Amino acid sequence: MNKERQTLNRNLAQMLKGGVIMDVTTPEQARIAEDAGACAVMALERIPADIRAAGGVSRMSDPKLIKQIQNAVSIPVMAKCRIGHFAEAQILQALDIDYIDESEVLSPADDLYHIDKNEFDVPFVCGAKNLGEALRRISEGATMIRTKGEPGTGDVIQAVRHMRLIQKEIRMLVAMREDELYDSAKQLQVPYELVCYVHENGKLPVVNFAAGGIATPADASLMMQLGAEGVFVGSGIFKSGNPVKRATAIVKAVTNYNDPDMLAALSEDLGEAMVGINEQEITLLMAERGK
Amino acid sequence: MTRAEGQKMKIAVLALQGAFLEHEQMLCRLGADTFEIRKAEDWEKPKDGLIIPGGESTTQAKLLRELGLMEPVREAIIGGLPVWGTCAGLILLADHVVNGVPSGSLGTMSIDVCRNAYGRQSGSFFTTGTIEGIGDGIPMTFIRAPYISRVRGNARILAECGGHIVAAIQDHQFVTSFHPELNDDPRVHAYFLRLARRH
Repeated sequence: MNKERQTLNRNLAQMLKGGVIMDVTTPEQARIAEDAGACAVMALERIPADIRAAGGVSRMSDPKLIKQIQNAVSIPVMAKCRIGHFAEAQILQALDIDYIDESEVLSPADDLYHIDKNEFDVPFVCGAKNLGEALRRISEGATMIRTKGEPGTGDVIQAVRHMRLIQKEIRMLVAMREDELYDSAKQLQVPYELVCYVHENGKLPVVNFAAGGIATPADASLMMQLGAEGVFVGSGIFKSGNPVKRATAIVKAVTNYNDPDMLAALSEDLGEAMVGINEQEITLLMAERGK
Repeated sequence: MTRAEGQKMKIAVLALQGAFLEHEQMLCRLGADTFEIRKAEDWEKPKDGLIIPGGESTTQAKLLRELGLMEPVREAIIGGLPVWGTCAGLILLADHVVNGVPSGSLGTMSIDVCRNAYGRQSGSFFTTGTIEGIGDGIPMTFIRAPYISRVRGNARILAECGGHIVAAIQDHQFVTSFHPELNDDPRVHAYFLRLARRH
């Protein structure tokens, strides 16, 4: 990825801001998501809640399914590859996917190395639970960041924790003297130049979304108020009682996240939310994959 | 709504989804005031112009309808409110989209538009070009961009790129299929402020 391509890939993420990216497993779900106002869809064989329930090794989706979903909608289509699995990423790039999510939701393929995303032309989004992870992924070439949260749980606590921590660490860098930034780079285990960028601009050099456990309009509003620039909703929509209504409500909630009256109205009568599991009840913490 | 020279312009920026903040920052640099339109009540405020930003046109069209903004915005544009649509905004202003929906969008401008005309993200590109009435060497960032395949009636071509129409004007309505808000060159925003001042 040359500098110009990197900028174009960061620019696409800017166009997604203020939007909702929805997990879909069929072309029909993709059309429902598009009609509900999703700004992009994530093509998956199984949504995270089902991956969690099924157990076993979870891999990149079947290219046939990805192509069907690409043909079903006009909005950007994303797909996931395993952490470190650069061959899966090469395949997704060959499919002309709009964004690759190098994702902890799938079983990691490499416990040491992430994909060298600078080697690709296709854009990558990566999960992070703190500023160090976010900046390491950016230095590897990620052009968009999302919180890891805890996928497939419907429990927002981890996304909140990760977003708060990232924002807090950004504020700490902003407040520092310039001669203290060298040590911050050492502590965070990230390049000094990226630390300087955050110090000067008070934000990441790429767009930052919330993901993992978002299930209601109120969850979406909470994450936006904590500084997310948009949200991913995975299992929360198609594991709920009324996916169309819930999806539309979450799209509106992201736009009007600061308007409690509107949020009250659109939270009404959405049918059953996904049941969810509390973080204490799960044995597999996907957020601990890939640091 | 014409403002005297020296008076601060007040531009509404449709902030339903997409890259609206970038437009606000650029207008702020040029000394204009901005405010965001996120719901019907926001539309009541007085304004000298409207920017419809880049983002996803299907998302923005859906939200315009759902939030009760489609009709008031369309009426204001038909009534002469100066408007600039970038990328998704261009699609929403077009009265004809060659390849498919969005159904029921604003459709106030006599242009045929081809959506995702350069393909997926791999087809996104950067170039520089000339826009009539603005100048040469203008940075043009195309992100999953549309282009205009035909202008009709009062609509006039302002810029072409690789044989396709990428900027047009029809009286007080201005559209670009690229994103001047993503680059550092303020000339296109300054042009829109002049357009808004004239009308």
